[in-house]
Amino acid sequence: MTSPGAGFAGQTAVAGIGATEFSRAAGRSELRLACESVTSALADAGLTAADVDGLVSYTIDPVSETELVRSMGFPEITFSSRVPYGGGGSMGVLLHAAAAVAAGAADVVVAYRAIKARSGPVRFGAAQISRGQNDVHSGTTSAQWCTPFGVLTPASWMAFNSTRYMHAYGVTSEDFGRAVVQLRDYAATNPAAWGYERPITLADHQASRWIVEPCIHLLDCCQQTDGSVALVITRADRARDLPHRPVVIAAAAGAGLFEQEIATDFYRRDLAVMDGSVALGKQLFDRFGIRREDIDAAMIYDAFTPIFLMQLEGLGFCGLGEAKDIVAAGDLAIGGRLPCNTNGGLIGEGYIHGLNLALEATRQLRGSAVNQVKDAEAVLVTSSRTGAILTAG
Amino acid sequence: MTDSAVTRPDPMVTQDNEFFWEAAAHHRLVAQRCTRCHVFRHPPRPRCPHCGSFETDVVELSGRGAVYSWAVLHHPQNPAFDYPVKAALIDLEEGVRIVSNLVGVEPGEIEIGMPVSVIFVPTAGGNAVPVFEAVTR
Ligand SMILES: [Zn+2]
Repeated sequence: MTSPGAGFAGQTAVAGIGATEFSRAAGRSELRLACESVTSALADAGLTAADVDGLVSYTIDPVSETELVRSMGFPEITFSSRVPYGGGGSMGVLLHAAAAVAAGAADVVVAYRAIKARSGPVRFGAAQISRGQNDVHSGTTSAQWCTPFGVLTPASWMAFNSTRYMHAYGVTSEDFGRAVVQLRDYAATNPAAWGYERPITLADHQASRWIVEPCIHLLDCCQQTDGSVALVITRADRARDLPHRPVVIAAAAGAGLFEQEIATDFYRRDLAVMDGSVALGKQLFDRFGIRREDIDAAMIYDAFTPIFLMQLEGLGFCGLGEAKDIVAAGDLAIGGRLPCNTNGGLIGEGYIHGLNLALEATRQLRGSAVNQVKDAEAVLVTSSRTGAILTAG
Repeated sequence: MTDSAVTRPDPMVTQDNEFFWEAAAHHRLVAQRCTRCHVFRHPPRPRCPHCGSFETDVVELSGRGAVYSWAVLHHPQNPAFDYPVKAALIDLEEGVRIVSNLVGVEPGEIEIGMPVSVIFVPTAGGNAVPVFEAVTR
């Protein structure tokens, strides 16, 4: 393939993954949580702190690079970066790590995220009034246009797009509920998940209180979670000498479009379509020469149910307005056409700001997932505007 | 002048948006319009993304528009607001979109496309922000 910018395709691999427990009150600092998940990811990769020379995270991570380096004992970091867009940038860590390693800027990159979204001083999802334009979750100037009107929460920011989506395609809250039932079915068999052994029915979904009418019930929201996850990325040829089957980064891309913001994404013309996912799909499939039908499973950023369905459409796995139909047909279940978020997703497993979905993709390709897709060879991971396709090496 | 019963938070004023809030304090709804190519833009920004010009006129808008999307916010709550909060995106006649609130309508009456017009309500610190009420058809 001679596509410009795709020179790193297939050159790097995820060699290790690590996670803390996911809880509602970790009882220790984000820095401590990050140290634990990074330690566990390095052990999983058969590497040590002395091997690490690259660090990648994304914005709104409270763990500073300097403190992590100092705590882990990394001797010399030659590459570090943070992807913009908050959780929307979570899968961008795979692009940054792959590009850095393939270019020789670093040899072993640790990608990490630690969060105390439940018990920390900034409870994700809370209705807080920001003091400055950049001190709330979104990290864009848009808070200044929302705060005086009480539009203070991620659910409220996502809602305008969701309402317009429902209006455009005749999607109902019950359609969202059917997707949540699927996610909670997966979580129910995942011991690491918040929703372990607690499946729900469509009636439970409909009976849960409104967070935002007409689109988001309580059970449409991801779980505010404390915890940390980490991945170790290195050259694919080096990964082949390490303990696990390499999980190759076959494609990785990010799409930041004109007039696109983070969660407060209100100024594009047609909010019923996630333009960022459309652009990301073109990048990942067309530019890297991979076909949608070759994808065996997908991990899609489900902070709230509406954007989960909208991304399935934007990425081109079905037509616009048809995600509700493929959900109802069982396509997202094991054995279906496109098993999705097999850990339970951010709604069922927990919300480590999206990055826990990359660990589930890795487990699927190692054959070690709790809800395993048989012979999974290619898995898509996305967080609306950043994403990657991982393949079994 | 401040009114202790008013709890709506004041706008965040920056060098790029102060013209908007200054006008709002005087109950005028305005937007930037490029001096060179005449394209309106909102939220404010220092440069026209279409033609590249830094020259900008500030133009008073009609205050008329239609609901592009809406959301009735129930939880979580902040004591500065009365719940449920009726929030909406308004597409203004001049072609820009603004986040705001709907007043004088019940949640069940809100519809995409409903015509609205601007009024101004006070904030805790004595400023004012634009909100929208339904226009009787
Ligand atoms: Zn212009």
